Amino acid sequence: MTLLRITAVAALITLVSACERPPIETTQNGYRGTAMVDVSNPRAPEAEQGYPAALPPASASGPKAGEVYQNVQVLGDLSVAEFTRLMTAMTAWVSPEAGCNYCHNPANLADDNVYTKVVSRRMIQMTQHVNDSWSDHVGDNGVNCYTCHRGKNVPEYIWFSQGMSAYGNQHFVGWRDGQNMPDVGVGYTSLPSDAYTDFLTATEGNQSIRLASAEAFAGPELGLSIKDAEYTFGLMTNWSQALGVNCTYCHNTRAFQNWEQSTPQRMTAHHGLNMVRDLNANYLVPLGPVYPENRLGEELGDAPKAYCATCHQGVAKPLGGADAVSAYPSLGAASR
Amino acid sequence: MAKYQNIFNRVQVHGEADMGVPLPDGIWDRSKARFSRLFGRFGEAQVGPTYLGTTGLLSLLFGIAAFEIIGLNMWASVGWDPVEFIRLLPWLALEPPGPEWGLSIPPLNEGGWWLLAGAFLTLSICLWWVRMYRRATELGLGTHVAWAFASAIWLYLVLGFIRPVLMGSWSEAVPFGIFPHLDWTTAFSLRYGNLLYNPFHMLSITFLYGSVLLFAMHGATIIASGNYGSHREIEQIVDRGTAAERGALFWRWTMGFNATFESIHRWAWWFAVLTTLTGGIGILLTGTVVDNWYQWGLEHGFVPEYPDQSSGGDPAAAP
Repeated sequence: MTLLRITAVAALITLVSACERPPIETTQNGYRGTAMVDVSNPRAPEAEQGYPAALPPASASGPKAGEVYQNVQVLGDLSVAEFTRLMTAMTAWVSPEAGCNYCHNPANLADDNVYTKVVSRRMIQMTQHVNDSWSDHVGDNGVNCYTCHRGKNVPEYIWFSQGMSAYGNQHFVGWRDGQNMPDVGVGYTSLPSDAYTDFLTATEGNQSIRLASAEAFAGPELGLSIKDAEYTFGLMTNWSQALGVNCTYCHNTRAFQNWEQSTPQRMTAHHGLNMVRDLNANYLVPLGPVYPENRLGEELGDAPKAYCATCHQGVAKPLGGADAVSAYPSLGAASR
Repeated sequence: MAKYQNIFNRVQVHGEADMGVPLPDGIWDRSKARFSRLFGRFGEAQVGPTYLGTTGLLSLLFGIAAFEIIGLNMWASVGWDPVEFIRLLPWLALEPPGPEWGLSIPPLNEGGWWLLAGAFLTLSICLWWVRMYRRATELGLGTHVAWAFASAIWLYLVLGFIRPVLMGSWSEAVPFGIFPHLDWTTAFSLRYGNLLYNPFHMLSITFLYGSVLLFAMHGATIIASGNYGSHREIEQIVDRGTAAERGALFWRWTMGFNATFESIHRWAWWFAVLTTLTGGIGILLTGTVVDNWYQWGLEHGFVPEYPDQSSGGDPAAAP
């Protein structure tokens, strides 16, 4: 009997050890009775809030950086003081340890033979593009290097396409069809582990994320298969994790496809989807030839790419929805 | 002091093995009977006689073949690593072919093994059905068990064969795997606009939960009136005694109606059979006839309408 009791207690502890203790806070975000709520644990460790303190403003007068320095292809309109201020901020955002030499040849700062310098230039253009053209998604807060980098040379949340490795054994038996492995990106489900390439790398011609037909009777065409549905399901799981929210943050789950019953956040997310496609297709993928081998995907040698988690890093508003750009107008709308 | 109970029985008394009614010999010998103390703790201590027969043997062989094809493919998918095989087992699966193959036969390692395993498993199950039917008739029994089993086989065939054939693609079928078949189920519902609005799915759930409820009610009634002889259920059916009358009165008192000792078994049988029968109809209609059950529910007036949640509407519909 004692043994039975000990076993029962041990089993109970094992069962509840992965649970978070109540109370859990819920915030209603949809029509009553639809279970549309955000769930949060008030005792969870606080996500990183706000950006590092902005450097003191620099004088806009004096000679322009493009006139004084050589090979300044972006930001040349800034004064030397403003330019230096931004370079200093970028060092803190991206390479606080390696310092200026992470991107620059110390003997010749204008030297483009350091690949990181070429990448940084393109990243500055990408940041300006996001702040200029994607206010539908990033709002007035905008982004800067720190939004993704968080003091690291390479942002923590990037992805590479998967090739045949996701398909299991290639010899006669053991085919996995790109799925059925616990993958952190899809929430340790058995869903396809590369639920990104077909959706996020091009601005047009992507696989359809939309699954359900608009009509009750759609006709004899096969349409999307259940396997296609698993890819959308995988992408959405990744998306949900990236933002630290559940499905009902955007959807009324009784009709995922229905827009009238979706929250305003779904529209923001829709713009985010198109933004990620734009950034991958026009900025990140074309940088492939610039990177050394150790920065490329191990399997396919593809360039590192972005998805929701790259900026969001587990929270619905990156860095608590802090202002990223007003202290550095050259990264924002002012650069136009 | 040891005492007799209906379950977890600590007293085990038995005489010679009961070999059953005299029957003509089958083509195979029936095995001898043995006794198991462990089995006796939960039910009948006597094990056997069993009769395998031709259909039973073939069913086992095809079943083992299917099991091996599925298991070895799972093991191969982790590079034949035995530790990874056990650790990742819930995630592993044998997947059906991709949609590009339609109903043609793909290479073994791109879904062909799935087709083969499915064919063997179907043969195995159907042979087992024949065996149940023939054993029942041999004993002079009705064939209720076989027909209840047939209802489950119907759902299995709809999911893995009939619906994929009607849709024109093996890729519509369910993978063999623990988590993968659950993810398939969710993906299926997402693809067809929420299966919960499928009326046959509703019926199936009703009968499933109803089966559970009836099972609990009936089991509880019999155990609760055990002191009055309710465990002799068959006798009480034809010759109602105080156990049956007390049980019946209990239900009339509490819910105004009672099944009889006979009809409760018909209730339970039909609930169980209708679970998979209606479920199979619901799956069969999905994608072949109805593409979006939510929309279907709207058109048929049983989906409540909610106020607009201000998402701004479908951006793809904007001019």
